[in-house]
Amino acid sequence: MKDPGFSLDARDAGGAAGVVRVSGKLEFVDAASLWDAATQILVSRSAVPATRLDFDLSDVTIVDGGAMALLVHLRNRLEEQGIHSEFVGAGPHVQEIVHLYEGDVHLPPRKKRKAQSALAQIGEATVAILHEAQLVFAFFGQMLVSAVRIIRAPRTANWKDVTPTMERAGADAVPIVVLINFLIGFVMAFQGAVQLKQFGADIFVADLVGLSVTRELGPLMTAIIVCGRSGAAFAAELGSMKVAEEIDALRTMGFGPMRFLVLPRALALVLVLPVLTLIADFVGILGGLVVGLVSLNLSIAGYVTETMKAVHLWDVYSGVLKSAVFALAIVLVACQQGLATTGGAEGVGRRTTSAVVTTLFSLILLDAGFTLLFHAFHL
Amino acid sequence: MNDDVMVRVSDLTIGWEETILQEHASFDVARGEIFAILGESGCGKSTMLRYLIGLEDPVQGSVAVAGVGASHLEVSRPPFGVMFQSGALIGSLSVGENVGLPLEEWTSLVPEAIGAIVRAKLRLVGLGGTQDKLPSELSGGMKKRAAIARAMALEPSLIFLDEPSAGLDPVSAVELDELILTLNKRLGLTVVVVTHELPSIFKIVSKCIMLDRESRTIIATGDPRTLRDQCADPRVKRFFHRAAKEQ
Repeated sequence: MKDPGFSLDARDAGGAAGVVRVSGKLEFVDAASLWDAATQILVSRSAVPATRLDFDLSDVTIVDGGAMALLVHLRNRLEEQGIHSEFVGAGPHVQEIVHLYEGDVHLPPRKKRKAQSALAQIGEATVAILHEAQLVFAFFGQMLVSAVRIIRAPRTANWKDVTPTMERAGADAVPIVVLINFLIGFVMAFQGAVQLKQFGADIFVADLVGLSVTRELGPLMTAIIVCGRSGAAFAAELGSMKVAEEIDALRTMGFGPMRFLVLPRALALVLVLPVLTLIADFVGILGGLVVGLVSLNLSIAGYVTETMKAVHLWDVYSGVLKSAVFALAIVLVACQQGLATTGGAEGVGRRTTSAVVTTLFSLILLDAGFTLLFHAFHL
Repeated sequence: MNDDVMVRVSDLTIGWEETILQEHASFDVARGEIFAILGESGCGKSTMLRYLIGLEDPVQGSVAVAGVGASHLEVSRPPFGVMFQSGALIGSLSVGENVGLPLEEWTSLVPEAIGAIVRAKLRLVGLGGTQDKLPSELSGGMKKRAAIARAMALEPSLIFLDEPSAGLDPVSAVELDELILTLNKRLGLTVVVVTHELPSIFKIVSKCIMLDRESRTIIATGDPRTLRDQCADPRVKRFFHRAAKEQ
């Protein structure tokens, strides 16, 4: 490594004063060496009680902004420690750079920030969560008001967006819904079979899979898939529109985002999610049937008969009913988060993540609520 | 290329396979100049800038910047700084982190020294105390100033500015012009600026080239005040006198 083009030398200047004599070229390429040399000198002099330590720049031939910024910072650090420090002896050009980087200004000492206590942080986070929940409920209210207006005047709705959204959120999601729910039925049957075989109760695998899939796993897994696909897409799409001022532009043209953007999505998802759930129920049971045939040597007729005996029409209905509510929750949270986006690309990413996490939490919460409700009414 | 030439463009053709914007462009930017690339919308000013900073490969010809030939971005420390039209600050990082980003990548400075340089650069552009703010908390003019601070972080001797005054109110635009002049005069910074703001051009620019969309060539080179007063080319006159095209 080549030698830096500068040198630093600390000397006593009588009494409790000292001077750091700087000479040569102070350039940014030598910034790291300059920092090391200067901090070393300051550390070595910290043992000596001093009231003043100046930087003598009379032998500096060249100085650039980066190097000057470092010297100014070190001078400010000395001042914060109560040691008076100035740049002295600079030639006209060097003095100009000193002035540009405020090396001739005595800055007021920086205030140290007080760390926030854990209790205060928990309190702030709780208030923020409650505020977000309040915003979601307010958004739901606005959505209902808009829906009522559309029922009164159906021609004002943005119907043309419903079908493409149904295709994107519904038809395009069928392959992944089929695959995941088939595997869920398959895995559950396999795990159940291992246990039930021990008691000679192989046939009850059909009951286990049929009830779990139709009442719980079919609607829930399908909603989670749709949340990941369409919920995230809705939030990102509306968030990008918000930061690009497209939402504002729509407003100025008389298109309320609720009527023009949110309700078509809500309607599309409320229509497709129950259908996807029925498909999920069917393929989930099919996954169980495959295990029954291959691993438990059950017959197709026997498995289907047992499933029909165990699964009542209400079990399927309850799953479909849940899925419609899940669809509303997905749209509600995703669109609310999307329309609340601020900032640029980072804001869109933050709101999309928040939309997915909040929706997943809401889905589990709603599912637990439904379970308690159905149990209370013996459904 | 001698030391006094910061940018040399030779026989450069820019554009894409089917859309050629400029052909056979040649010009030099001298050290210490404030050099402007002018022209009507769509003539390829900002695209020309992308070629100068190495974001695009020339269709034909060559660009040499700061004596090192074509820029090899991402493999070596860039010999210049760039301010994009929108500022292009990274939204997920604070203003201070944005300015400190090139220092962390290309220097061995300790965090305290990086922090010192970041604060100094922000004070230099009039944004002292904003290092902990997010870019979304800054106004358009402040974002541009922060972007200049980031472009200046590695102490380059050459800086490229894409439409620095665009979208700013007159006061902010004048303040930004003053800042560019200060950086040029006090620090000896060479500035290449793409703009079509006439007040800004006459105030800060020492030399300019004017690109033409139809002929896809450079139609004028020189001091913008001289071109305004003496150039006979009607296209140049129209630009400097804000006149509409005759139908």
